[in-house]
Amino acid sequence: MDFWGVIFDLCQGFSVTLKLFALTLVFAIPLGFILAFLSMVKFKPISFLTKVFIWIIRGTPLLLQCLLVTFIPSMVFDIPNKDFQSMLGLRTMADLQFTFVLIAFVINYACYFAVIIEGGIKNVSIGQHEAGKVLGMTKGQIFRHVILMQVVRKITAPMSNEIITLVKDTALARALSVIEIIAIAFEKVNKYAVLSPLLYTSLFYLAFSGVLTILFHYIEKKLSYYSV
Amino acid sequence: MNMLEVQNLTKSFGSHQVLKGVSFSLKQGEVLVIIGSSGSGKTTLLRCLNFLEQADGGSISVGDEEIFNASGKMNLSDHAMRDRRLHFGLVFQSFNLFPQHTVLKNVTLAPTLYQTAQLKKAKAGRNAIKEAKAAIETQGRALLEMVGLSEKVDEYPCRLSGGQQQRVAIARALALNPDILCFDEPTSALDPELTGEVLRVIRSLKDQGRTMVVVTHEMEFARGVADHVIYMADGIIEEEGTPEEVFGSPKSEKTKAFLAAGYNR
Ligand SMILES: Nc1ncnc2c1ncn2[C@@H]1O[C@H](COP(=O)(O)OP(=O)(O)OP(=O)(O)O)[C@@H](O)[C@H]1O
Ligand SMILES: [Mg+2]
Repeated sequence: MDFWGVIFDLCQGFSVTLKLFALTLVFAIPLGFILAFLSMVKFKPISFLTKVFIWIIRGTPLLLQCLLVTFIPSMVFDIPNKDFQSMLGLRTMADLQFTFVLIAFVINYACYFAVIIEGGIKNVSIGQHEAGKVLGMTKGQIFRHVILMQVVRKITAPMSNEIITLVKDTALARALSVIEIIAIAFEKVNKYAVLSPLLYTSLFYLAFSGVLTILFHYIEKKLSYYSV
Repeated sequence: MNMLEVQNLTKSFGSHQVLKGVSFSLKQGEVLVIIGSSGSGKTTLLRCLNFLEQADGGSISVGDEEIFNASGKMNLSDHAMRDRRLHFGLVFQSFNLFPQHTVLKNVTLAPTLYQTAQLKKAKAGRNAIKEAKAAIETQGRALLEMVGLSEKVDEYPCRLSGGQQQRVAIARALALNPDILCFDEPTSALDPELTGEVLRVIRSLKDQGRTMVVVTHEMEFARGVADHVIYMADGIIEEEGTPEEVFGSPKSEKTKAFLAAGYNR
């Protein structure tokens, strides 16, 4: 077995893992805020539907959602995946698979984030909103300058848990034939009939979640310069 | 002319009528003290003045401008609403300082946002905005000095005592230069030994000619600072008059009982 060759290929696989991880966060966090707002909207039908949606997504397996997403273009919109691929301007079928997985991940994680964010927002005392109001601040100003940082601080710990879970959930992408690190590891296992690529793979994950843990710890510390 | 004119204000929560027609007026530079037992509607009254609640009936005028009338259409834009509410300032019982901002930023945040928005709307240049910000900061420091906290400008509220926090809250409310400053039991959340410093600040504001409405259970202070006293019971003004009249020779049986009992927390 060519050790460095295997490590190099695993790195390439891990870059796909990281890409899925990063893109999921980039889209799921804003979407999480949007869903959180929608579930707090005063107009009942909207908040109710949002809550039901979040309940469904959180109540079903992510793997199932990934699989389901791949069928939506063909079954719901009657667009074959091949055409859908060119519609999105994607070069390969693998890119399309990746996109499907990303969509499922974004929706799934946005729902988990939404619940955390909603909890964080509701947790900021009403007195903070009222103080902003009597000082003549607009709703947007109150959210941006008074509420948001307090919410961020409250949600850092639960969000970091979810984000570490996301690192590991990316392994699910393999089920939709996305060639990420585990797929490559298995390929090497089959090729060389040794288990060590799996060991290396776990070290990749451990190193990455280790870095994230330290990062979140640092952020939490940075944000705890005040107590409430 | 009256600075503040409140007419026949009513407010219900569900079927529970909390304010049953409250009217009073206040001249420029006068201090109105409102006393009354728990649940009589004092907080609700202040919240209606500050537009945290919308009264069901009645009207509120500041100077010659009617800023609220329940019978009129109140479909104001956010902006118009804001300008009306800025006639009033409110100091809360529980301070409600912004914990993530320094003491100075607590004081300057709202005026800075307000001024910046105004200047941007008037298409003012970058420099004008910068100057305005600097002026607001200078004013903020002056206000904090006035309440005796010039040493604490860069601290976070959590590092201050309750009395200091409440003084920051007063400076914050003053930064928008409201016509009428309202206090809702400003010392009720404080340890007894810290009430004095806050009451002294309110006293000095009176000496500077601030028009104020103060809800308090500190009877001695009320008697000293008030130009006019209102005793509220059950959503109505049970008795009102000068401090000498209300505290010295109350006419209503309810007032007598309330004052005799003293206030028990
Ligand atoms: N948002 C609300 N919803 C329902 N009821 C309310 C609300 N706010 C106040 N009330 C009720 O209105 C009544 C008057 O309350 P308010 O807070 O104005 O009294 P208060 O005179 O300030 O009393 P305290 O001395 O305890 O502060 C109380 O019975 C209270 O339960
Ligand atoms: Mg009250």
